[in-house]
Amino acid sequence: MIPSLLEGQIWMYKIDELYPLQMAHYTYLCGDFKQISVHVRFRIVLRYTLYFLLSTLVIQLQAQVDRDNEHQEKVNHDDADHDHDKQDGHTIDNDSHGNHDGDTSSCNPHHDDHAEFNPGATAFHHISDQNVYNIGWIQIPLPCILYVPGQGFDIFSSGKFNADYHGNGKYAYDGYVLYLGQVRRITDPSFPKGLVELKAHSVFTEVEVIDTKEHDKVYLCYEDKKILCDSKSTLDFGLFGGGLTSFHDLSMTKNVVTMLLIFLLLSWMFLSIARAYKKRDGMAPAGIQGFIEPIFEFIQEDVAKPFLGKSWEKFQPFLMALFFFILALNLFGQIPFLGGSNVTGNLSVTFVLALLAFIVTNLHGNKHYWGHIFNMPGIPGWVKVVVTPVEVMGLFIKPLTLMLRLFGNITAGHMVIVIFVGLIFIFGESGANPGAAWGSSIGSVLLTLFMMAIELLVAFIQAFVFAILTASYIGAAIEEHHDH
Amino acid sequence: MYLLLVDFNPIKPDAGLIIWTTIIFLLFWGLIGKYAFRPIAEGLKKRANDIQGALDEAKKAKEEMANLKAENDQLLQQAREERAAMLKEAKDTKNQIISEAKDRAKADANNIIADARQEIENLKKGALAEVKSEAGLIALNIAEQVIRKELKGKPEQEAFVNQLVSEISKN
Repeated sequence: MIPSLLEGQIWMYKIDELYPLQMAHYTYLCGDFKQISVHVRFRIVLRYTLYFLLSTLVIQLQAQVDRDNEHQEKVNHDDADHDHDKQDGHTIDNDSHGNHDGDTSSCNPHHDDHAEFNPGATAFHHISDQNVYNIGWIQIPLPCILYVPGQGFDIFSSGKFNADYHGNGKYAYDGYVLYLGQVRRITDPSFPKGLVELKAHSVFTEVEVIDTKEHDKVYLCYEDKKILCDSKSTLDFGLFGGGLTSFHDLSMTKNVVTMLLIFLLLSWMFLSIARAYKKRDGMAPAGIQGFIEPIFEFIQEDVAKPFLGKSWEKFQPFLMALFFFILALNLFGQIPFLGGSNVTGNLSVTFVLALLAFIVTNLHGNKHYWGHIFNMPGIPGWVKVVVTPVEVMGLFIKPLTLMLRLFGNITAGHMVIVIFVGLIFIFGESGANPGAAWGSSIGSVLLTLFMMAIELLVAFIQAFVFAILTASYIGAAIEEHHDH
Repeated sequence: MYLLLVDFNPIKPDAGLIIWTTIIFLLFWGLIGKYAFRPIAEGLKKRANDIQGALDEAKKAKEEMANLKAENDQLLQQAREERAAMLKEAKDTKNQIISEAKDRAKADANNIIADARQEIENLKKGALAEVKSEAGLIALNIAEQVIRKELKGKPEQEAFVNQLVSEISKN
């Protein structure tokens, strides 16, 4: 028994030498295990385990460095505070947080970072649009275009703020600060223009209760004054806690830059493919042309043609643009260590796409379509009183669902991944328990891998769903009805 | 604790992002729709048509081949039939010629035989006549000699002999 086994192993080893490992990988990934010897299988599994451990290590190291930096800053900050107290003879009651209400003369940024890790808030921070592009420790400054009614535009680079990896600026510039990656305007007009160095953690958030609703207010602590910093204006009219403020932010944010990047990438790709159809006329598709063609044909044959019938060619560019734009942005957001831009998970972006779908649908609506909405044929008059408002509501609910579906799916995916990575901090008790952090990072990477696999699917499904629903709405608007 | 207070920024409609998204998407739609999506669709359509055309042509060529083959077969069949007919005709002609020749030969032979018979008859007759006259002469001679001996000087006897001779010559 044993000699024969040994013989077998020797034989297998010889086969391994003849069988290139790369080829074995391919066969393995195709699920054809029987083709490969146990020895090669072991080597492949070992290699993937190493990749896995390496990625765990990277995430763990980043978390470690993050924590160390935070700690260092906290120590410095405490020292500074301490000196400050001594000089001014001002006492600060660290235990009471309610002291600040109505107290604008004194200033106490209560910075108690590592008291508790909040995965939800961390996820919100990571999926937010920002005025800096943050890849690991690299901060790519982006152009800020800020508009204050009555004062005009302010255009400068967000590099002026010299942000740290949390997106907190070390400087104020022209009356603006960068807090958690977002530009905020200092409301005090007496605040000096130009570059002003800020102390660490001098910008902070406080919760204020107005009409039993909690509002986040950002304050700047400067020269012992607590100055309110306005967030940028948003168009929700207070519905989601935003609203019009003293300035508008028209900057090229992280999302805008990502969109531009995707725009250029897709343009280059599709123009070269279009050229290939001319250059390689009458030849079989090759390269990227061959890769995109099945997807292109799929959208054309299974989305455009079935829903739009004869006039599919008119709407084909719109559907293609929607599908590939959404798909590329979805996928780009999935690439690890590349900023994880949450573009299609931003309501403003999906709003624009849904609005365009709405406009295209209703611009091409024929008289049957409008007839079905305002004067549904074949039903008694009193029912129309009920049906017409429902139909009119449906007109707006359709694009609304388009907008919310894409936004919800992508945002949820991004948040879940951030939270899975956040498991390291939860189990590690924000650095207090490194052993548990190391242990949980293995589980975290596994869960993240699983989630990313699902998100990869979701990226395709959501782009497809957006395109097919838009096609169906347009199809319903242009359909030629016959007798009922 | 400060992260707790971060607002949920992606849900807030942001004028800047809306404007930029609109610009970028409309650019993408307009430019790539015109210069890439349409040409690609046209390229695909053209290729589909080309392939369909090639298939149709192949089918047509196959049908033509089949037609040609059927025609060839028909021609071949016709040729075969013609050959058979020609052979049959030739055979018939041959037989006819042979039978005609035979008939003629037979007739000629018969004629020749008939002529020969006639000749033979004539010759026989001539010969017989000659024999008769010879025999007459011989008999006359004999009789002359006999008579010369017996009927010298007796006119009655001479007359009698003449009578006899004339009777013979009548026969």
